[in-house]
Amino acid sequence: MINAKDILETLMMIQEEHLDVRTITMGISLLDCIDPNVNAACTKVYDKICYKAQNLVKTGEQLEREYGVPIVNKRISVTPMAMIAAACPKDSPVLFAKALERAAQTTGVNFIGGYSALVHKGFGPGDRALIESIPEALSVTDHVCSSVNIGSTKTGINLDACKLMGRIVKQAAEKTADRNCIGAAKLVVFCNAPEDNPFMAGAFHGPGEPDSVINVGVSGPGVVSAAIQKAGNCNITEVADIIKKTAFKITRVGQLIAYEASKRLDVPFGIVDLSLAPTPAVGDSVAHILEAMGLQSVGAPGTTATLALLNDAVKKGGVMASSHVGGLSGAFIPVTEDAGMIDAARSGALTIEKLEAMTAVCSVGLDMIVVPGDLPAESISGIIADEAAIGMVNSKTTAVRLIPAIGKKVGEELNFGGLLGTGPVMPVNPNSPAAFINRGGRIPAPMQSLKN
Amino acid sequence: MRAVVTVVGKDCVGILASVSAVCSECGVNITDVTQSILRDMFVMIMMVELADRSALLADFSGRLQKMGKDKGLRIQVMHEDIFNTMHRI
Repeated sequence: MINAKDILETLMMIQEEHLDVRTITMGISLLDCIDPNVNAACTKVYDKICYKAQNLVKTGEQLEREYGVPIVNKRISVTPMAMIAAACPKDSPVLFAKALERAAQTTGVNFIGGYSALVHKGFGPGDRALIESIPEALSVTDHVCSSVNIGSTKTGINLDACKLMGRIVKQAAEKTADRNCIGAAKLVVFCNAPEDNPFMAGAFHGPGEPDSVINVGVSGPGVVSAAIQKAGNCNITEVADIIKKTAFKITRVGQLIAYEASKRLDVPFGIVDLSLAPTPAVGDSVAHILEAMGLQSVGAPGTTATLALLNDAVKKGGVMASSHVGGLSGAFIPVTEDAGMIDAARSGALTIEKLEAMTAVCSVGLDMIVVPGDLPAESISGIIADEAAIGMVNSKTTAVRLIPAIGKKVGEELNFGGLLGTGPVMPVNPNSPAAFINRGGRIPAPMQSLKN
Repeated sequence: MRAVVTVVGKDCVGILASVSAVCSECGVNITDVTQSILRDMFVMIMMVELADRSALLADFSGRLQKMGKDKGLRIQVMHEDIFNTMHRI
């Protein structure tokens, strides 16, 4: 018989500490849907997604019932749409976004990602048109998510793309100003974007991936902070050990669900993403883990060190628990989606500059940060370039998901509701990077890229 | 499949009987039971075997949860693999 203590520990994790599987994401290749006739291409896209993912939501719900673990989201990621839309240069790429939206509604998934372009070394056919269409695509759809990769360690940073994305992020917010600027919350700008990331808004199905694949993202910051609190006054090495052990258990759940989902859907298992993804619910916060380690508030001196420890320990614990680890795998620090981060941003304890430092040691980047609506596009581009530089030099993924709050000033708030949460408008350094951004061109790849 | 039924709540007369009755109605075989009372809290863990059909599990779990709600108990039915995977290497 299974140990009663273990059974009760699992129950406690699920019922009290918000342990969940954040997402089962099915990656689907659309490379065989390319067609110069836009209507034919959109039909192929819709048909293929609906066929491949017809049982995704049902299977997710079944697994949830059998194993008693909440599976919060069922999602789809597809081949970067710029590759498909490139064959129809005369037609608006928004038609593809609408096809994705229809497919999301038919399959019943929570999000569909992959309205994306990979332009880290330059713009290929279809890339510019797709990027220009992002604001409209995100305003006429509800479930479609978009991402653009503008740099990598191997290629350097495409500064022209940084410049373009500053304007696109702002337009995405403007076009949805009547809906809390939600468009910008569905758009991520990446450096070193992973091709197998199951998390939104940055999920897409990379061109090197198989025809279809199951990727699973786990969660459970509440479980980690509860374990640290229970341990009481121990030294930091012991804290790291506690996090490793907890991450192992959390990841094993993800591995089990991924394995079962893959078997039942007859789709190969891709990866488990080890990320600790917070939600705005009390007790499900990454910031509270750092505070449980001894910070008065996230943002205090020591924040970067505690986050580095957390990120590393999560990977060390998780990597043995899964046969394939991938995606973003680390701690997420989205401001509006994390109760502790929201409080710290409101009180002024957490600044964008501190968040930028934190992104050097954790899995993603400046995520879900609300900035003033009148912030110039060049400043957004500058923030994107800074963040991409951190990713490029450290050979890691970084991302920027800023939400310009149109018509709002520092101190006011945007409230998205649900998993996206709420957040105050945070101040940004008022000095302009415009002359730098307008130079254009490409920042050369760093020495770190020369590994051969 | 083998599943674990956990029952947590305030102790009262007939908890074991009610849970066993639902098992019997659903054709679910009980293979092991442990229970303890910590202060006033009743904690029972029951290993059961049931046919490998999703509909049966949903029905069984639904009935138990409804009964639990009436008696103020928290009842969960979970596939045993979740515990094996989490706590054993």
